[in-house]
Amino acid sequence: MEGLLNLLIKSIFVENVIFAFFLGMCSYLAVSKKVKTAFGLGLAVIFVMILTTPLNYLILTYMLKKGALGWVHPSLATVDLTFLGFILFISTIAGAVQLVEMVVEKFTPTLYNALGIFLPLITVNCSILGTSLFMQEREYDFAETAVFSVGAGIGFFLAIVLLAAIRERLRYSKIPEPLQGLGIAMIITGLMGMAFLSFSGIQL
Amino acid sequence: MSVETTIIAPPEVKKEGLFSKKNRKVLRDPLDDNNPITVQVLGICSALAVTVQVKPALIMALGVIFVTSFSNLIIALIRDGIPNRIRMIVQLVVVALLVTIVDQLLKAYMYDISKKLSVFVGLIITNCIVMGRLEAFAMAQRPWPSFLDGIGNGLGYGIILVVVAVFRELLGSGSLLGYKIVPQWAYDMGYVNNGLMVLPPAALFLIGIYIWWQRSRNRKLINAS
Repeated sequence: MEGLLNLLIKSIFVENVIFAFFLGMCSYLAVSKKVKTAFGLGLAVIFVMILTTPLNYLILTYMLKKGALGWVHPSLATVDLTFLGFILFISTIAGAVQLVEMVVEKFTPTLYNALGIFLPLITVNCSILGTSLFMQEREYDFAETAVFSVGAGIGFFLAIVLLAAIRERLRYSKIPEPLQGLGIAMIITGLMGMAFLSFSGIQL
Repeated sequence: MSVETTIIAPPEVKKEGLFSKKNRKVLRDPLDDNNPITVQVLGICSALAVTVQVKPALIMALGVIFVTSFSNLIIALIRDGIPNRIRMIVQLVVVALLVTIVDQLLKAYMYDISKKLSVFVGLIITNCIVMGRLEAFAMAQRPWPSFLDGIGNGLGYGIILVVVAVFRELLGSGSLLGYKIVPQWAYDMGYVNNGLMVLPPAALFLIGIYIWWQRSRNRKLINAS
């Protein structure tokens, strides 16, 4: 239990998907001009992350790993399909996003209006696929996978809302013209990354 | 140097040479004026994490060039047969297939580099450059220009990657491609490697500064994004 809590803190702050691994930078930079939209995208990412990463874990454990197909037929016990991981993971994510979009539209139109345009974007958000791949590389078990996906989602949410808040303020500051927009956003992300680095001093 | 920033012209019916003026422009524009990273703001996701050293950055760039060019080619070949509603999934499957090839090749022939790149090879799939070029170019153009566009954008991405990696490796570890560049006497006299350069934020600073330099040199790019 303590280990899981540590993992949660670690995945939110110490190994933040944005500041430590640069995952999901595209939408992070594109959708962080206003706090409100950033908030919507952050929520959508948490949502999809929690849904797809455990799903991919199940696919990996019961279909792809060496010997995982043993439950179908004993003769399949030696098959190793891990090289199919990328294709299946991205299909799961694309499918899940489509499904989530339809369900949300049907049952909670208000949430759909808030998240609407961001949902399709999430398919190609690197942080989602990245979380699944990290789950595979670090060999988490199911509980750890679930906690890790929550932490990574919250980490992304935190990062994008923070940057949006700063960028809203930046409109009132004097920045050299060539540096405006993208350039300053990069440098600010770097500074925020340095601030987040200080979390790595925490003993967990 | 060319002055246009838009490259997408309607496809023409008349026959043209393999390296006609238009095609050369398609190939060259993404290198600077329409660079995928600094101007189109695509594909920053997986770019920065592999730039601590030059060698993984080079391998990563080659992988991306391979994937962008061939995915552009394949999608341009089958573009008329893709139903519009499921085009995302079709594109993703094509890209995932190519990335799987790259990943398996790296695992077979360059295992240590493959370990160093870890999940970032897989993340070429969701690299916005690939999807962005497929949507913006390959879905509407013929195969050969699409192939060139893929190579151009892959190269544009690679240039940024290598530039950032050169700075980070030189200032952060005092070496290039693993060879020591900063001599020992410099260390004896008190020179110290810049530890910040090895940490993730340095990549962001370097890209930010690169964008600053590029836009003050070419002021048309200001407010491009």
